[in-house]
Amino acid sequence: MGLLTPDPGLVFWSALTFGLLVFILKRYAWKPILHAVKSREETIEYALAEAEKAKAEVEDLNATKIQIMNEAKDERDTLIKEARDLKQSMLDDAKHKAQEEADKIIASARMQIEREKNEAILQLKEKVAEFSVDIAGKLLEEELQTTDKQKAIIDKYLQEVNFN
Amino acid sequence: MQHIRLFIALSVLWAITQNSFAADTHGDDSEKEFDPMEMIMHHIADSHEWHVVSYNSNGEEKHITIPLPVILIDNGLHVFMSSAFHHGEELVKKGDTYYKLYHGKIYRTDASGTIAYDDNHEVTNSKPLDFSITRNVASMWLSIILIIWLFTSAAKRYRGPPSAPKGVQSFVEPLILFVRDDIAYAQIDKHKADRFLPFLLTLFFFIWINNLLGLIPFFPGGSNLTGNISLTLVLALITFFVTNFSGTKSYWGHIFWMPGVPVPIRLLLSVIEFIGLFTKPFALMIRLLANITAGHIIILSLFSLIFVMKSIAIAPVSVLMVLMMFMLELLVAVLQAYIFTLLSALFIGMAVASEEH
Repeated sequence: MGLLTPDPGLVFWSALTFGLLVFILKRYAWKPILHAVKSREETIEYALAEAEKAKAEVEDLNATKIQIMNEAKDERDTLIKEARDLKQSMLDDAKHKAQEEADKIIASARMQIEREKNEAILQLKEKVAEFSVDIAGKLLEEELQTTDKQKAIIDKYLQEVNFN
Repeated sequence: MQHIRLFIALSVLWAITQNSFAADTHGDDSEKEFDPMEMIMHHIADSHEWHVVSYNSNGEEKHITIPLPVILIDNGLHVFMSSAFHHGEELVKKGDTYYKLYHGKIYRTDASGTIAYDDNHEVTNSKPLDFSITRNVASMWLSIILIIWLFTSAAKRYRGPPSAPKGVQSFVEPLILFVRDDIAYAQIDKHKADRFLPFLLTLFFFIWINNLLGLIPFFPGGSNLTGNISLTLVLALITFFVTNFSGTKSYWGHIFWMPGVPVPIRLLLSVIEFIGLFTKPFALMIRLLANITAGHIIILSLFSLIFVMKSIAIAPVSVLMVLMMFMLELLVAVLQAYIFTLLSALFIGMAVASEEH
């Protein structure tokens, strides 16, 4: 039957044509297309891997940032604490020194007072002795006159003695 | 599904041959009896001229056809246009030999153009070696121009740095990737598949586009190229050669001396496997031929109903049924291309597989 008998002419032409088609397409279509598709796939794969890496890096960076921030916070806290301590110690020191100074001043004031008091007492004693000698002199004078009068004079001078 | 289609095609063919034989016995009517069998056979067979359209001029049937070159090798090379035959009405004399175009084939005849038949109504005249550019060859060349244009213009877009596909590129790229990933890489070891990719890609698109061109019902489509045994034979033979020339040692070992089974069974298996070498491409050849030809026959038969019944009333039914068949044939066109390519890839994959058990 005609339908199932191969025709040598068509067999020849189709073999030739198909062979040529494979050759031409391989050279001018399949090779560039498949190559480009493959390189694009690789580019995409590479880009995805890069993105993953970048993401990991960002996460890393974030962790570092948080760590640095925490460290900074800690440092700030210690600094503040130190400053506070320093202030306290300075205050205490100052107070202490002031106290000492005050004590010293008070002590020296006391000593001066004591010294001046002693001096005053000494002077007073001298004066009392002088007066006593004067009085004794006067008394002796009066004694030499009348007894009443002597008494009255002694009283009178004693009255005059002012201990101030 | 395919069996049903084949069955329909064959039963329709049987029905119309009965009809035409019946019509023969009636003798000559005033109007020439419509013979669907002849019309269909004419359409699915190859031809030396490319028929564009026929029309009726004053009761006479006129044909507009494009003549194609006839190339005969018969005591030297004879090249002339097929219009010299005047649609088979005239003989062509080259040297001492007369040639007659009879039912699409060129025969040697005597000076009066006698055609002799045997008992089976087959022509017994001898044929010269015919390398003519027939309708199928011309249609094939048209298709490869189309294919080359389509894919080289797509390939041009791939120059430059990688970018997202655009235009024709986004149409062909998924198809190319489908053939690469789901046919080639799925059946052949990946590192060996790239060698066969150009062949498989070309095979797929060549069959598919020619199937589609065959479905176009008017010039320049409608040639039954992929339903022609010559073409399917060539494609199957190429698959056969590609498969067996790339066969590994283990492939041949499994064919002729199957490891791991007793000797008598080895002998039996080697016979079976050897036959299998040829049945595989043979099945490829017949499957494509039968599917595409069956589609053409069914569509033409459904249209013939209008003329067989001689009623315009049947036309809507015919058209509706043909429409459904066209839808199916569009699917079959890509399906057969896929099956042919897939099986080719499968055979190649078996031949190049490295030994792993």
